[in-house]
Amino acid sequence: MKRIDIIRRIAAQDGLIVANIGFPARELFSVQDRPDNFYMLGSMGLASSIGLGLALSQPEPVYVIEGDGALLMNLGSLATIAREAPPNLCLVVIDNRVYGSTGNQPTARAAGTDIAALARAAGCKHVIESTDDRQLQDALDAFYSGLTVIVVQAEAGNARVPIIDLTPVEIKKRFMQRLGVV
Amino acid sequence: MNIDQQIVRIIENAGVDIVCSVPCNLLGSVMELLDFGPVRHAPVTREEEGVGVAAGAALSGSRPLLLMQNSGLGNCVNALASLSGLYELPLFLLMSHRGGESERIVAQKPMGEAAPAVLDALGIPRTDISKAADLEQLEASMRSAYADSCVRAAFLQPELWS
Repeated sequence: MKRIDIIRRIAAQDGLIVANIGFPARELFSVQDRPDNFYMLGSMGLASSIGLGLALSQPEPVYVIEGDGALLMNLGSLATIAREAPPNLCLVVIDNRVYGSTGNQPTARAAGTDIAALARAAGCKHVIESTDDRQLQDALDAFYSGLTVIVVQAEAGNARVPIIDLTPVEIKKRFMQRLGVV
Repeated sequence: MNIDQQIVRIIENAGVDIVCSVPCNLLGSVMELLDFGPVRHAPVTREEEGVGVAAGAALSGSRPLLLMQNSGLGNCVNALASLSGLYELPLFLLMSHRGGESERIVAQKPMGEAAPAVLDALGIPRTDISKAADLEQLEASMRSAYADSCVRAAFLQPELWS
C-alpha cells in the first residue's frame, strides 16, 4: 500500500489523530484536514509519546500515525505504552523501511529489524500485522477492544502534497477547542 | 512533613494532573509517594519521551510535570524547543541539580554546570530551591506555567535535603 492510502483509512475512523512529522502529517492534511488532527512539525520520534499522553488524559480514541524510522528513534516508548496500556490508543506504524521525509535513506528495518516483534517484546499484547488494505481495515475495526499496535507494510515514497499552512499554535488551539478544553 | 512530602503536597496543590519521571536518587522518595497519591504518575524510559507524553496530556487540557535529574534536561532539548515551545504547551520541569560543589561524581559536573545555561538558551525561566523556605515559590511557579501555557523549571539543590 501507499502511505497516503493507509492514512486515508485512518482518517475515516472517528477519533483523534497524531501525525508524525514531515510527509505523514502533510499527507493527512491533504487527505482530510480537521480539528481532530494534531500535526507534528518538529520533535521527530515523539508521535507515539504524544499519543500516549493524549490517550491517558481523555477518553476518546487516539490514532497515532507513526513510521518505522521515527519509532526506532524512541523505542522505549513501546515499553511505556505497554505498561500504561491505555485502551483508547491505536498506534499505527507505517513500515516503509525508509526515512521518507529526508530522502528515503534506509532504516534499520531494511536490514531486518522486526517492528511487530519489538512491540510484542515490549509487552504490547495486541499487535496486528497488515500487508494489504483489507487486513488494515479489519485491524482498525477491531481496535476498540483495547490498546492496539498495527504494523502495516507500505511502499517507500511520498505523495505530492502541499505543506501545512497552519501555524503550530493554530493547530493546537483548534485541536483543544475540538476537545472543549479551551 | 519532610521535604519529600512537602514537594508532593506542592505538586498536588498546584493542580498537576500527570507526572512523568525518570529515576533519580534524590527524588526517589518523591516518586514513591506519587505512586500512592491522586496525581497520575507515568514513569518513562527517557526524559525526551516524557516531554512527548506531557505534550499529549497538555493538548487535552491536563497539567503535566516532568520529574528528573538535571542531566535529563540534555536529553530533552529538541523536544522542549520544537514541541513544547513551538506549540506553546505548558510543562513544568522539576529537576534535582547535581554537579555542584558537594558533588562527588565527576560525570555529574559538566551537565550540572551547563544546565542553567541550557535553560537560558531555550528561554525557560527557572527557580532555584536550596532550602525549605524556598519551597514557597515552587507552587506559584508551577501555576504560572499552566496559566501562561509555557515551560518553566525549578532546580532542587542537594542541600534541600541536608
